[in-house]
Amino acid sequence: MSVSVEIAEKRFGETPVLGPMAFTVERGETVAILGPSGAGKTTLLRIVAGIDPDFRGEVRVLGDMAMVFQEPVLLPWRTARENLTIVHPGLGRAGADAALARVGIAERAEAFAGQLSLGQQRRLSLARAFAAKPQVLVMDEPFVSLDRDNASAMLDLTLGLIAETQPATLFVTHAREEAERLGARLLELSGSPAGLTPLE
Amino acid sequence: MTGRIAVTATSLAGFLLIWVAAATVSADPQILPAPWSLVGPFWDELRSGVLPYHLAWTLWRVAWAFVLAMGVGIALGLAMGRNPGVDRWLDPWLVVFLNLPALVLIVLCYLWIGLNETAAILAVTLNKIPNVATVIREGARALDPELDAMARVYRLPWATRMRHVVLPQLAPFVTGAARSGIAVIWKIVLVVEFLGRSNGVGFQIHLYFQLFDVRMVLIYAFSFIFVMLAVEWLVLQRWERRVRRWRT
Repeated sequence: MSVSVEIAEKRFGETPVLGPMAFTVERGETVAILGPSGAGKTTLLRIVAGIDPDFRGEVRVLGDMAMVFQEPVLLPWRTARENLTIVHPGLGRAGADAALARVGIAERAEAFAGQLSLGQQRRLSLARAFAAKPQVLVMDEPFVSLDRDNASAMLDLTLGLIAETQPATLFVTHAREEAERLGARLLELSGSPAGLTPLE
Repeated sequence: MTGRIAVTATSLAGFLLIWVAAATVSADPQILPAPWSLVGPFWDELRSGVLPYHLAWTLWRVAWAFVLAMGVGIALGLAMGRNPGVDRWLDPWLVVFLNLPALVLIVLCYLWIGLNETAAILAVTLNKIPNVATVIREGARALDPELDAMARVYRLPWATRMRHVVLPQLAPFVTGAARSGIAVIWKIVLVVEFLGRSNGVGFQIHLYFQLFDVRMVLIYAFSFIFVMLAVEWLVLQRWERRVRRWRT
């Protein structure tokens, strides 16, 4: 497996937010964590991504990891191309331009990331995640603030990139249809403290 | 842009007019000479090389104190803003140094180290570090945690994080600290020179103060003000425009 997660407990202060849970994600597999807002989906994802080390349990990740955040989380003071070459220095200019072309924003390579439209910023965020061909990908509701058409286009683009790269993908969303279009194995996060249950 | 220049020119003309009126009312060049009476002595001082010599000494001290105060202040402010433990330990020191009169630090540095360049520059630097650290600490507290998370997920090396993630976020705070810093530093440098150096604009002002020569005091004061305005317009404002260009 590429990702193995065993959590005994995660607390915020005195309040337990995540209860005991365990799951794995294999290379080429997509697992979607579903649940309403406030269920703890982002907390779980940040534990897996290594952003939040304050929990009881163990997370094992084999290979390079990339993450697509809820917001694009770019360096607005750097150009679109620099946003890729700073994070992945091995790409070089040609590799960065190819990654930008793959997500359809090649003509914006020289533009500051802060001057791109939200849709273009989302595409740049995807390009950053996939540019170095990660073995593990975590995505935190990456289509949440897009309109229906843009969200659908981004979903198609993401599907194509996942098919090309075949990472172990852990995807968090509250929209079941998004998870189903990604062909994901579904897990529901619910309860207090939250636990995981498989969904058909 | 043209409108802005016109406003600046009119404002400066108004200042000159008030000066001329005050000089006319006082009718005593020993108290307040007319603006045009400074031109001749200014050229004499410039051509003889005396004015450039003292200006250069003051600028040299300002540059050293500025670089040291900004360097130490940024490092300190960043450490305090990012680490609550460091902040708890160093905050009382910051409060003490913020409230210590500049004159006390200058006198103590001269007494402890001696009447030399090290004491002069250290006194100015110590006066400015707390202000820089306070401004940068606020900037460090406002750093975007999501960018921090991104840098952690993609395992950006420390130097890359600092250069591309942290410092660009601090740029407005660094600019603010630099602009207020340069204005305060040169004023403190003049006091330091006034009290314990044998060259520099402050020393010259001290000399002409003893001779009660208001004209020469004004010539040295205005000469250095013009130099610092040039630094502000040609260096600091340009740098600020450069770091803010992605917002336009």
